[in-house]
Amino acid sequence: MDLLLSGLDILARWDVVLALLTGSVGGVLIGAIPGVGPAVAIAILLPATFSMDPIVGLTVLLGIYGSSMYGGAIPAILINTPGTAVNALTTYDGFPMTTRGEARRAISLAYSASFFGGIFSVICLMLFSPVLAKVAPMFGSREIFLAALLGIILVVTAHRRQTLIAAALACFGIFINTIGLEPVKYSKRYTFDQSFLSGGIDLIVVVLGLFALSQAFFLLQGEDEKTRINRLKGGLFQGLRELARHPRVAGVSASFGVLMGMIPGVGEFTAQFMSYTYAQKTSKRPEDFGHGSSEGLIAAETANNAVPAAAMVPLLALGIPGEALTAMMLSVFYVHNVVPGPQLFQNQMDFVVALYLALLILNVMVLVFLLFATNQLIKVVKIPNRFLGVAILTLSFVGVYSLRNSVTDCVIAALFGVLGFILKRLSLPIVPIILGMVLGGIMEVKLRAGMARVKTFPDFFMDGRGDDASLRPIAVILFLLIIAVLALHVRRAWADHKELKEAKWSTKHSSTHIGAQLSRRRSFILAERGKKRRAERSMLSRRSTDKS
Amino acid sequence: MSQDELSRQIGRRSGQVIFAIAFLALSALLLSQIGDQTKWVKKTKFFAQPRFWPAVGLGGMVLFGALHLWHLPRRKLDRFDRNEVMIWAQVLEYALWFMAYVMLVPLVGYLPVTVVFMPLMVWRMGYSDRRLLWISAGLGIVIVLLFKSLLNVKIPGAALYEYLPGAMRGFFILNF
Repeated sequence: MDLLLSGLDILARWDVVLALLTGSVGGVLIGAIPGVGPAVAIAILLPATFSMDPIVGLTVLLGIYGSSMYGGAIPAILINTPGTAVNALTTYDGFPMTTRGEARRAISLAYSASFFGGIFSVICLMLFSPVLAKVAPMFGSREIFLAALLGIILVVTAHRRQTLIAAALACFGIFINTIGLEPVKYSKRYTFDQSFLSGGIDLIVVVLGLFALSQAFFLLQGEDEKTRINRLKGGLFQGLRELARHPRVAGVSASFGVLMGMIPGVGEFTAQFMSYTYAQKTSKRPEDFGHGSSEGLIAAETANNAVPAAAMVPLLALGIPGEALTAMMLSVFYVHNVVPGPQLFQNQMDFVVALYLALLILNVMVLVFLLFATNQLIKVVKIPNRFLGVAILTLSFVGVYSLRNSVTDCVIAALFGVLGFILKRLSLPIVPIILGMVLGGIMEVKLRAGMARVKTFPDFFMDGRGDDASLRPIAVILFLLIIAVLALHVRRAWADHKELKEAKWSTKHSSTHIGAQLSRRRSFILAERGKKRRAERSMLSRRSTDKS
Repeated sequence: MSQDELSRQIGRRSGQVIFAIAFLALSALLLSQIGDQTKWVKKTKFFAQPRFWPAVGLGGMVLFGALHLWHLPRRKLDRFDRNEVMIWAQVLEYALWFMAYVMLVPLVGYLPVTVVFMPLMVWRMGYSDRRLLWISAGLGIVIVLLFKSLLNVKIPGAALYEYLPGAMRGFFILNF
């Protein structure tokens, strides 16, 4: 109770309230515009938050992160275009409801489900906090290294059918992070004797290039889409009543959201997939899924909105971001010398509780705002794409240039912008680069510190030596988890390979073999015969020209 | 290459080979420089060597980049790949617009450059509607006021503002 009160005390400032309001309303607006998304907005706003108090800056960013998915549901339901990537599943059941004239019901249900997911996850985390506060100090350098390694492996393996390039891009992120002056031996790494590379490549410059500038280029290069939206008539309160009729689906989906959010590198998509599958399998009308099922909509929206609060757990408790948005937030902590990790949970628990309370309040604010302002808000969907591109390009300048007033940073950001554009065109993942950079830095520091007293491999999992040696249980669990994730991935890749081979062989029956053999034989005979004929002709022609 | 392999590939097919080859070539080139660009310090543990993490990064880039290239369902270049590269090159124009904007702000000033840049870029994108051009100029003013005047984001005053008379000079340098 004391913690709650001290948390509220931290939030009871006019600038924090203003930040909450700006973040939540801004987040909904950004979410509702297809093509912007929270990553772009957070990347642009990051440097602006550096001059603010940590709690104010983080509240703005949390507001955008936590509320963008509410806004993203609007275009997903009304025009079949997800506002943010995680609203893609909402289109499955939201848009069919709109086509049969139930847009108001779908929007209202999406808001209610998102609200439930958000509140459920914050309450869960507040209840878990004492447990986390006990577990977090058990994480030393070795455990944090293993957790970061697990995070990077999970991010890579989460990109099914793109695992190899995701791994290559994560390694690219690790490499970028090493450029510059190495902090222990003070030796230069890959600076090519260029002074601008000595300080290294700033994470925010890369983030702005890969997320904001690349998105601007993508929009500028594309074409505008014509959208027609009808006004919603009537209130939006009915969704809360309808949600109350599906407590099981909502509860399980929110739980999946919390669990998946806490695991680094997993996030919204897996949570949504699992809850949607669960809802479909246990539904009395599974055939309705994908054709406007209210349960499907509840599962998708509840799960995705339960993730942001849960994703703060690895960030706050261990200092390990699980995805791009929390990786960006980590830089706000570093700028203010607030180091997230076990120490934060031990010494500044009120700060952590204040962040959870901010998330709780922002969910209420967003719901109230949306219940009354949706009709005005849906107009933002009509903003032309290329105009948006120009706006993002102009705003990106603020983000990059205000960091160090460096033209070189802008050139680097533009280069990463072009790289991000190419990756977007080819549908290749961008997030592994960012997480490679952040987690690579953490792994380097923690492995160096962790290996200082380690002589043999088993020592890595032990404290002390000889008779005083004791096992480090968290390190062992994390190591086993890494092995399990890798084993599962190899199994899945092998199954995919077998499936592909079977599909290949099933379409390649024996007659095609004979056909191919005959074709090769025919080409050979023709070639041989051709050679013979050509030889004859050349001999003939030689004879005809030889007059001697 | 089979139809099944092609249908399993995520995203567009054209351009994948060129990207994979370029990525692998760059990674291999960087890895070949590791002896020159990093140091091996004596009496230092293997994991604490300055060369260790660049080697992990670049080694992974080469290994996984090569496997990705080998795993691609189509490894031959065709005209669709060339077309895709042309689209990538088109984006360089927007990068140049951005760099021109970056270069001009410290000389002419954040407010004047933004108010001109936004409508100009909107016009370049093919919008000729006057209302949209005015809206973009207005948006430019809002962006400057929000970030520079209100949030005090660190953007230096322009060289041109030095020629403004008396108090106006300080006011413009501070706010616009």
